[in-house]
Formats: sequence, structure tokens, C-alpha cells
Amino acid sequence: MRLARFYEQPLMAIIVFLLLIAPPPFVSSFLLTLLTQALIYAILAMSLDIILGYTGLASLGHAAYFGLGAYSVGILATRYGAGFGVALPVGILVAVLVAAIFGLVALRATGVYFLMITLALGMVVWGLAHRWVTMTQGDNGISAIPRPDLGLPWSLTFSIPFYYFTLAGFLIAFSILRMIVRSPFGQTLVGIRESESRMRTLGYHVWLHKYIGFVIAGGFGGFAGVLWAYYNGFVSPVDLQLATSVEVLLMVALGGRGTLVGPALGAGIIVLLKNLVSVYTHRWLLILGAVYILTIVYAPEGILGAIKRRPKEMKTKAIGVPGLPEEEI
Amino acid sequence: MEFWITQTFNGISFGALLFLLAGGLSLIFGMMRIVNMTHGSYYLLGGYVGLTVIWRTGHFALAILAGALAIAIIGVAEWNAFLKRLGGQELGQVLTTMGFALIFQDLALIIWGGDPYTIPVPTALSGAYRIGELYFPVYRVFIIAVAAVVALILWLVLERTRVGATIRATVDDPEMARGVGINVHGISMVVFALGALLAAVAGVVAGGFVGVYPGADFEILPYAFVVVIVGGMGSLKGALIGSLLVGLLDNFGKALFPELSYFTLFAPMAAILAVRPTGLYGRT
Repeated sequence: MRLARFYEQPLMAIIVFLLLIAPPPFVSSFLLTLLTQALIYAILAMSLDIILGYTGLASLGHAAYFGLGAYSVGILATRYGAGFGVALPVGILVAVLVAAIFGLVALRATGVYFLMITLALGMVVWGLAHRWVTMTQGDNGISAIPRPDLGLPWSLTFSIPFYYFTLAGFLIAFSILRMIVRSPFGQTLVGIRESESRMRTLGYHVWLHKYIGFVIAGGFGGFAGVLWAYYNGFVSPVDLQLATSVEVLLMVALGGRGTLVGPALGAGIIVLLKNLVSVYTHRWLLILGAVYILTIVYAPEGILGAIKRRPKEMKTKAIGVPGLPEEEI
Repeated sequence: MEFWITQTFNGISFGALLFLLAGGLSLIFGMMRIVNMTHGSYYLLGGYVGLTVIWRTGHFALAILAGALAIAIIGVAEWNAFLKRLGGQELGQVLTTMGFALIFQDLALIIWGGDPYTIPVPTALSGAYRIGELYFPVYRVFIIAVAAVVALILWLVLERTRVGATIRATVDDPEMARGVGINVHGISMVVFALGALLAAVAGVVAGGFVGVYPGADFEILPYAFVVVIVGGMGSLKGALIGSLLVGLLDNFGKALFPELSYFTLFAPMAAILAVRPTGLYGRT
């Protein structure tokens, strides 16, 4: 098990940290903007994993919170000239409030029904972005969102300072989410995923735990959206459409559900793949479609899931307990 | 008054189209619990195949038939190769069918290009009936008629035949159905083919008035889902009432509150779900 969790060891953490902090001076500005984008999507994917991987509820409307955060920034910054200090808390708060309302409706169901209801709720937000033209400018989207001015000596309009700005946001989100999933509360979410009835028997308020998890996921989704609006300088209904929600699901599934590193990894792979492939060919939709299918056929537990399983299999052989299924060893 | 009659008529005719699209999807949901993101692609591909056939032969009925059969075959192939072993894995189903939806979208773009087309309608179906001051396009009446006939046939098959009884039994309790010797696998395949076929018919028929164009697949997909959610999965009656409700809500929403039109469609649905999480006629 220690071996399986290699990515949680201190040395690994230091290497990853160096890999995240080192690139800017060495890579092209194109690649750097992609890495920035990957970090933002990583936050979104990690937030989705709180309900998908840890709690076991597949949401098909998670892009809505991303969009709420992004549109909050877009509207506040372009229309009211609001700065980062106002836009960030408002963006997160809007996402949290909407998640708090949606959670009341969505958590009445599980399984396929949960999936359908979250899809519909996501479409409500998309519909507003798409049609409420006086507020959101419809399909044209909100453009010319200025980068935040934090009063630092480095202007965030340049790609290197903005990369570090995003990296800081990513590290903060990662630390908080890690704290949450490792807390007793986070463990109850896993318990609910494994057996809801058992958790109920043990005296936990299952619904409340799911609800809090749902709202936390929405809030961090909103945070990712805030960063996205500043990164892209532009928000449009595409950011919260159904296909985006599904893409975030893919990121989580590809990297590995029930971890935080997995979704971040998945987000990085998908963002890089999408952008690099589209440089070389117009047929990137075909390739993306194939990635969706191949992920489910060959790595249903994601990349981390596949890595984790290998040492376990070796262990099974070594001990060689006959007649016991692998999981019970 | 004129406004209300015209808009109600338009809403019902859109609802009829939605019934063709979502009736099969509802059965697929109810029976196999498969979340099928490819359903919109069946609609789009059906429209394109119909378009090609009508260009080659000029025959409208043949276009519907060819589109329906071609897509039924594609649907069965997809189900047999991938979906049938993903039972109970919602995430796997969503991602696999989304992958196919993207692939089909791109293939359609390669084969038919990016231009929007309208399927030419036979002269017998063009023009409009005139009652007093009001005009009712013949084609929209035709769509309502097609949907009514399909609904009637589906109802007769489901309620009055042996095959229908086995389908209903499988929807209610797949394990028990298997236990009493029903070939659940075979029945599931038939229902999946039927769902794909009806979606393709809807695609060809819709090609006559909204046209066939890239992006139509993902534009129509949420509507199909909403119908199924509102009506309840696996219920024919639910699909019918859901389609009419969604068709009317969408039409009046767009006419009365253009800025909030999608909101007026999805918000009532969320409200229905808040009261009945399984939809109007769905069972848990």
C-alpha cells in the first residue's frame, strides 16, 4: 500500500512542486498559457471529485458553478469596475448559494436520477447565460475582462506572473480540499459512497453530509470559474454547457476517481491533448471522442487506479491465499 | 386570441417532434438505465442520411425509411459492442456515449460539411390550411399526425401484445424477467434499436422544417432528456405528456419571455423534480 501511494510521499510532493514552479522561464508562452489553463481545470476537476469520487454521486452539471464564478467576475469587472478583492468572494459566494439551492433539489435522488437532475439544473444556468442577453450578452459572451491588479510589482497581464498567480490559487485549493477529504468529515463521505445504509445505521446524518459535500464542490467550482474569467478575459455560454460538464467528468475519470491528484492529472492531460492536437489536425473531436471511449474500456478506474492495482496484484500472488477475492486481502 | 391559438399549435407540433425523439429514449432509460448522450447524434445522422437519400431518389418516404434503418443498425452496433456491459455504471455510460457523440459529430462534419440544409418536403405536405384568419402549415399537422400514429402503435404493441408484455416486465424488474425465462438481452437490443430508429425518424421529419445542420445534435439532446425526466423513465404516457408540456413551455417561453426562455423551460422541470424526483409517471 505504501508503494501504491507513491504520489503521496514527501519526496514525490517536492518533485511535483518543483515541476510546477520551474517551467515558466523555460517553456514557450503558448505552452505556459496551456499550463495555466490546466491548473484552473485541475481545480474544477478536483472540486467535482468531492461529490463524484469521494461521495459517489455523478453530477452532469458541474460546469454551472464554474460558469457562475466566471460570469460573476465578468459582470462585476466589466460593468462595475470591481476589483479582485470584490469579484473573488462574490464569485465564490454566488456559486455556493446556487449550489446550496440546487443541492436541496438534486440530493433527493441518487444514481441515474441524480445525473439527470444535475443535468437539468446545469441547463437552467446555461439557459440564463445563453438568453438573458441584457445581463450576460448571450452568445457573444462578456469580453475584455481585465486581469486583476493585486498591487504587486509584477503585472498579471504577463503570462509568467499570471501562471504563478494561478499556481498559488491551485495550491491553496489543493491544500484545503486535501484537508477536507482527510478530515473525519471527508471520511464520512467515503463511508457514504461505500455504504449509505451502514452510515445511517451508525447514526450519521447522511443527507447533511452529502449536502455539505455538494456545496463545497460548488464553491470550489466557482473559485475555478473566477480564475478562468481572469485567465481568458472572456466568458461565454460555452464555458458552462453540457459538453463542458462531461469533459470535467472525463478529467476525473481519466486521472482516477476518489483522489485529488488524479483529477488534476486528468485535467492536465485533457487540456494539453485538446490544444496540442488541434494545432496539428482539425479532427481533434474524433481523437477526443476516442479518448472518452478508450478511458472507459481500458482504464475504468483511471490512471491512478491502474497504477494502484498493479502492486496489489503482485501482493496477491506473493501471499497466494486461495479462494479469497483480491479485494479482501 | 390568434396569438394563443397559433402558439399552442406550434407548441403541440414541437411537442410531437419531441415525442418521436424521446419516446424511445424513455424506454431505453426505463429498461436499461442507460444514459445515452448519443441520442442527439441519432437524430442528426438520421436527418443527414434522409437528406442524402432524398437528393439521390427524390422520395420522401424512402428517406425516412432509409434514415431510420441506417441509424437503428448503428445504434445496435454501439449497444452490442460497448454499452451492454456498462450496466449500472452511469459514469462509464455517460463518457462512452459522449465519446461516440463527439465522433459522430465530427464524422457528420467530414461527410456532409458545415452548411445547413433543409430537406425538401413533398408538395402534398407544403402549404397551409386556412381556417378563418388563422394559417396552419400542413407540414406541422403532418408531424402531429406521425407522432399520434407512432404513439398509438407503441401503445398497442406495449399493452396488447406478448412482446409488449415482456418489455413491460423487463422495465419493471429485469432480474425477475430473466428468472421467468424472458430473453432480456434480446428484448433490450430490440428496444435500443427502436429508440435509435425513432430518433432518426424525428431527425428526418425535423429536417423538413428546422433543417439539418451541425450542432443540432447537442441542441436537441437536452430537450430529449427533459422530456424523459419530466415524464418519468420508462413510461410511454409520461413521454407523451412530457413532450407536450415541454413543447408548449418552450414555445410560450420563447414567445412571451425571450430573455428567460430556457429558464422558463428548465425551471418548471426542476420544480416538478423537487416534488417528484422520479418524474410525473416514473417508478423508482
